Amino acid sequence: MTDNPVLERAQRFLAALRHCQVLGLSVHEAKPQGLTLRLPYSTQIIGNPESGVIHGGAITTLMDTTCGISTVCVLPEFEICPTLDLRIDYMRPAAPHKDVYGFAECYRVTENIIFTRGYAYQDNPDEPIAHVVGAFMRMGKPTDLKAGAKGGA
Amino acid sequence: MTGLNLNTLVRQAHEKNDYDALLSLIPYAKLIGIECLRLGDDMVFRLPANKDNIGNPTLPALHGGVIAGFMEHAAMLHLLMFMGIPHLPKIIDFSIDYLRAGHYRDTYAQCQVWRQGRRVANVAITAWQTSQSEPIATARAHFKVDEP
Repeated sequence: MTDNPVLERAQRFLAALRHCQVLGLSVHEAKPQGLTLRLPYSTQIIGNPESGVIHGGAITTLMDTTCGISTVCVLPEFEICPTLDLRIDYMRPAAPHKDVYGFAECYRVTENIIFTRGYAYQDNPDEPIAHVVGAFMRMGKPTDLKAGAKGGA
Repeated sequence: MTGLNLNTLVRQAHEKNDYDALLSLIPYAKLIGIECLRLGDDMVFRLPANKDNIGNPTLPALHGGVIAGFMEHAAMLHLLMFMGIPHLPKIIDFSIDYLRAGHYRDTYAQCQVWRQGRRVANVAITAWQTSQSEPIATARAHFKVDEP
């Protein structure tokens, strides 16, 4: 057991997502104020073969995952929270051959919706390569889901 | 894109109705497994079911980021194929609404260019699985299309 429950839950969450394992995502920092994940540079996620710059899709996956898992920072228990919507604004192109970090925080939690925001950066968090906002739906605890489900699995 | 002649690649792909060379150019497109289907004058993009693209393991469902990446790349390819852009468009912003769970099965996408200016293009993308009238996600993106 670790003395950082947010970190432990974030790592468990991330480990369950197969595509995130394919990309090699890892938890860089987990605090009650927000979560930072790391996307390692890899030739398999290049979007521009001439410049070696990584594809926006890999950044979107990093930020969707970071925003989604940042919900563990504010929820007392694990809840399934599918993404309602996500918007990414690119401030500047990512530099090739460098890892990308994604930070996200939940800035408003309601009964049904969690509003998240964050940014992606490489060397300096003050010079983000992208800004992100995303809304997530609260589906309740897995046990609530089962109790509420009519038939089905 | 100075070293690559994208216009030639696109022309050859259209002529042979074989888009493999264009698709294999981009490592990320190969990683998630994007394919093109030419239907008359229309182009439909396909993302075959692939275990490596799964996010939520319990449903199982495709990772939302993969669906977004697929749609973003479909929009980029659509601009290359139909708008006569000689180099790779650069993403400016991307916004996606998830409407239904993306199940572990083949996913399709189609694009609509609402506006192409000299510098910027606006593209809407729709993704579906079982029926085009029940999209799993809609997205829109702006791309920078002038010389890099």
